[in-house]
Amino acid sequence: MSEKKDKKDRVLSIRDLDISFDTSNGVVKAIRGVRLDLFKGETIAIVGESGSGKSVTVKAIMGILASNGHIDNGSITFFDEGKAIDLVKMKPKDIRYNYCGKKIAMVFQDPMTSLDPTMTIGRQIMEPILEHLKVSHQEAKNRAMELLELVGIENPQKRFKQYPHQLSGGMRQRVVIAIALSCDPQILICDEPTTALDVTIQAKILELIKDIQYKKNISVIYITHDLGVVAKVADYVAVMYAGKIIEKGNIDEIFYDPRHPYTWGLLSSMPDVDTDSHRLFAIPGSCPNLLERVEGDAFAPRNPYALKIDFKVEPPIFDVGGQHRVASWLCHPNAPKVEMPEQLRKRIDKMLKEVRG
Amino acid sequence: MGKYITKRVLIAIFTLLVILFVLFVMLDKMPGSPFNDEKLTADQLALLNAKYGLDQPFMIRFINYVKCVIKFDFGVSYNIQKNLAVSSMLATRLPISIQIGLQAMVVGTIIGMLLGIIAALKRNTWIDTLCTGISVLGVSVPSYVIALGLAYFVGFKLGWFPILYNASKPFISTIMPTMALSLSPIANIARFTRSEMIEVLNSDYVLLAQSKGIKQYKLIINHVLRNTLISIITVMGPLLVGLLTGSMVIEKIFSIPGLGYLMVQAIQNNDYNVVMACAFIYSFLYIFVMLIVDILYGIIDPRIRVAKEGE
Repeated sequence: MSEKKDKKDRVLSIRDLDISFDTSNGVVKAIRGVRLDLFKGETIAIVGESGSGKSVTVKAIMGILASNGHIDNGSITFFDEGKAIDLVKMKPKDIRYNYCGKKIAMVFQDPMTSLDPTMTIGRQIMEPILEHLKVSHQEAKNRAMELLELVGIENPQKRFKQYPHQLSGGMRQRVVIAIALSCDPQILICDEPTTALDVTIQAKILELIKDIQYKKNISVIYITHDLGVVAKVADYVAVMYAGKIIEKGNIDEIFYDPRHPYTWGLLSSMPDVDTDSHRLFAIPGSCPNLLERVEGDAFAPRNPYALKIDFKVEPPIFDVGGQHRVASWLCHPNAPKVEMPEQLRKRIDKMLKEVRG
Repeated sequence: MGKYITKRVLIAIFTLLVILFVLFVMLDKMPGSPFNDEKLTADQLALLNAKYGLDQPFMIRFINYVKCVIKFDFGVSYNIQKNLAVSSMLATRLPISIQIGLQAMVVGTIIGMLLGIIAALKRNTWIDTLCTGISVLGVSVPSYVIALGLAYFVGFKLGWFPILYNASKPFISTIMPTMALSLSPIANIARFTRSEMIEVLNSDYVLLAQSKGIKQYKLIINHVLRNTLISIITVMGPLLVGLLTGSMVIEKIFSIPGLGYLMVQAIQNNDYNVVMACAFIYSFLYIFVMLIVDILYGIIDPRIRVAKEGE
């Protein structure tokens, strides 16, 4: 978590990305001007509620956007051994054939449905190995066995021949991780990897990913709405709302010094054992309909701190020091000084005290 | 797998026995007799009944019948072809019906699946609309309309194929009936393949397979088709039985000496043994095909196969 990141270590750089979907009701602007950098060995967490565009962003990287989706603007640059490649300019098919599974791999949300029920575990792991690495069948098999062992599956010989339905949810997610790691990718994208698992397994899977990341020095993008997961794994956090990144910064900046009212809301709605209030906080309202053009700040109607300008002009991104960037008019020098909710302040102070001893 | 098959076979045999019993009861309760001639006196009737064993109590008649059926002896025809063994009547007619049914099934499955796969891969384009249009047509137009159309245009106007069944040219004679009969399986299988395949294409495991970066054709063959096939096999069974049995109208139009034609004739003439035999054969075909489907299902779907092996 060095403050100064070397540009040379960048592995992925997203600039001004716009993605929209054609639906029967009109065009949905799902992603609006996303900017994000990923560095070698770093873990980024993209946080946001359902429909905020987290998954769409990473599916664009993988070239697996739904067929009615298209990238309107921007670039996704992948730095492959010094060469900069703009994935947006490539056909989705070419991204898949050349990078997916090989350089960029993905772990999906629900292990119960993401493995092919009619193919053995072993064959499913061998598939990308045989596709991307020039190895014999036997070598691929050996590698698949090693991978099963790496992800902590006991008795790989037996599991190799089994079908997904014979494995538990946690084991299946390990298999999905093994598939993702099969060709030593540089980037691992985890789309809510623990949401569908029970809590005891969650921690183990996160440990496993962290462990492998450390061993292989890969960069990880987490997509999640679970701030607990973020706190455990991330170096850098990007908060998304209605297709935009509204606040980003390293983990300390986001958790201890949040600036955007939406981030305040998110952090406040995290359950906490020793809160004074007996009700769990929830952000009022729901996400805007992205079919309509968003006037001003998309969060303004749900924002109790909204200024008049929030309803008219979209806030630019303000640099508030360090790596911390916030898209809120509240950070403008002329804006009235607004403090975060008291409850949250207390909670953060308490956390800070614990951390600093 | 062996245990699984044994169990299915036993269930099939039991089901057949039940069907046979129900048929027997129904025919027994039906008004009318095979000996409807008014000139027969009561004594003569009694004599005839005794000769054919119809004077015995119901259960004994049933048990006798089952014993004979096991030996493929369905008794003799009472009045269609007097005293001819039903089994030999079946022997000449059944193969023709089965041949036409199977031909229609093969054609229907191949063309239907092709249409369905193309429609699913090119969904929401004009190709999809065309394929869907063909299947809607196939479902909604009755097969005898197609049969008559074919008989008139292809058979009569163009003269490519014989209009009526010609025993000296058995294969050529079955081409038009096969075409007429295959339209409904084409339509059904195309429709089903399309919807199933779209579902599979949208599944998480296909997305994961895509994200592995494997080639499109491997993705379709190894992941999409296999999973689509599982569901298609389940509809193929009933469809096949429908083809084997539902060809009565087609057989009539093209004058094919098949099973359907025989059954209609037998019902009209109160020919008990023939009706029983036909109904039994239909039930047998149905249950046999379903059994095959179950076994195939087990071979394709490891969730069934492996569970039956016992871990």
